[in-house]
Amino acid sequence: MQEQEEIYSLEDQKRIALRNCGLIDPEEIRDYIARDGYKALAKTVRRSSPPEIIAEVKSSGLRGRGGGGFPTGVKWELTREAVGREKYVICNADEGDPGAFMDRSLLEGDPHSIVEGLTIAAYAVGAQQGYVYVRAEYPLAVRRLEKAITDAKELGLIGKNIFRSNFSFDLEVRVGAGAFVCGEETALLNSVQGDRGDPRGKPPFPATEGLWGQPTVINNVETLANIPQIILKGGDWYSQLGTADSTGTKVFALAGDVCNTGLVEVPMGTTLKEIIFDLGGGIPDNKGFKAAQTGGPSGGCLPEEHLDIPMEYDTLIEVGSMMGSGGLIVMDEETCMVDVARFYLEFTQDEACGKCTPGRVGTKRLLETLNKIVEGRGEVEDIEKLKALSRDIKKTALCGLGQSAPNPILSTLQYFEEEYKAHVIDKDCPAGVCEELV
Amino acid sequence: MSTKTISQEIEKQELDSDQQRFAELDKIIAANKGQAGVLINVLHKAQQLYGYLPREVQLRIAEKLEVPFSKVYSVVSFYSLFSTELQGEKTIEVCTGTACYVKGAADVVSKLESELGIAAGDTTEDGLFTLKTTRCVGVCSLAPVILVEDDVHGDIEIDKTAELLDKYK
Repeated sequence: MQEQEEIYSLEDQKRIALRNCGLIDPEEIRDYIARDGYKALAKTVRRSSPPEIIAEVKSSGLRGRGGGGFPTGVKWELTREAVGREKYVICNADEGDPGAFMDRSLLEGDPHSIVEGLTIAAYAVGAQQGYVYVRAEYPLAVRRLEKAITDAKELGLIGKNIFRSNFSFDLEVRVGAGAFVCGEETALLNSVQGDRGDPRGKPPFPATEGLWGQPTVINNVETLANIPQIILKGGDWYSQLGTADSTGTKVFALAGDVCNTGLVEVPMGTTLKEIIFDLGGGIPDNKGFKAAQTGGPSGGCLPEEHLDIPMEYDTLIEVGSMMGSGGLIVMDEETCMVDVARFYLEFTQDEACGKCTPGRVGTKRLLETLNKIVEGRGEVEDIEKLKALSRDIKKTALCGLGQSAPNPILSTLQYFEEEYKAHVIDKDCPAGVCEELV
Repeated sequence: MSTKTISQEIEKQELDSDQQRFAELDKIIAANKGQAGVLINVLHKAQQLYGYLPREVQLRIAEKLEVPFSKVYSVVSFYSLFSTELQGEKTIEVCTGTACYVKGAADVVSKLESELGIAAGDTTEDGLFTLKTTRCVGVCSLAPVILVEDDVHGDIEIDKTAELLDKYK
């Protein structure tokens, strides 16, 4: 892993979230401290008021890196202003999108940056208790995080009266148990409470009614890794990076049919082409590029004509995909796009929690139709049926996962409808993937 | 020793180890009792102890944590990592994330299925291996990936899987 990640020229990258990964011993708190670690926390609790911290984060323009892209400072402000008996902060480290491993690398490579970021968030919103919710598939991340918390407690960097202030904060790790839906914030809340990870309806949003019904901030791992740097260098510094609406940098997990796989951190607005061909070294074995999948099972597939789009939240949504958490899967010309859609639907259908009908039955019908098509039993009407049902599910599913489940179908239909038609009309799989059709 | 006393001895030893494990489980429960939201945590630890979560373990947890058995069962059945069936001594997990899918994870699963003579999700007759598919393990750079007893093996070549499994036999 390490070697693969070092292939990239660091000059082409801008490392803020990943600044310590690979450079420090993640199990040695003094390594982190030597690289300005916990300095931002000291500045926060000793010299800044919570509204000042929130203003700094707001001015940075930082948006949630888990995929939603909601402005982090605004989320903190809403939670600070909400009325509650107690307040909570949670780090969402349930990185479930297949093909995404940014958060795993951060948790394993620089766990203290997450502890520090979350502690600053707690100070800003007025929370005394925090949780990091990590998926059970990441045992090393859990271990390093637990060690980081123990070490930070020993040095008094979290716990009672941090830096001799009135601010006290305690932090615990909660481990998931293999449920993709728990990455959805309301499902995550239930899981942190030890229950089934069924999503809740929104509103109320977690900022007003979250954990145990109290105001709660839920931030993604990469979001939090940016916080200490924003506090130290200022929101203005951060907002200069990237584009006007998507500031800062983004870590992408480059995988699939690409020469250099691994993590890259680049300023927002870097084009897909630069990432895949300059940093990623292009497609192996002289094969042609077919599509880039962003946003995991909630995102979409972008064809060659969109290689020049800048990677930023709103542009990606305009072209039918989404930023998501940063998974970037490259697919070469031998990939069947209908089968890709089927792959994602098989995933979302299997992971559907069953609470709402569109999520439970709707995804099942979508998957059945796709199976029919890849097995050579598809009919022309099936394409329209897929479109209509996809639209209905998007409008009616309870949670974000259900609402975005049809996206892989819609985006492949948008750009590769000819391929669907070849399957249902000519009974042919142009990529030569679907066994019954070759 | 007569045959009868040997079997009695074995039975007694089993009973002792059962009781020992129950005592161990009770300790786990006691350490968590009274705190909010600990059920999943307790189930994880119980599964580490037993290798799976049989009904009697779930009942014990419900009783001692003072939560309804229906709640314990609903949580166990919701999460895919909790198992109510005895698992093989070693678990082989084939990652089915997107990068592994693109790199041919489906072929890896069928190869292992035919090699072990079982379907994914099942355990070999000798109780040595359980074959499973797993969600993305986040080492997409090494796709396709399999995990054997938590050891990560990347860049899996189909014709070398037999060799790999031999190391674990």
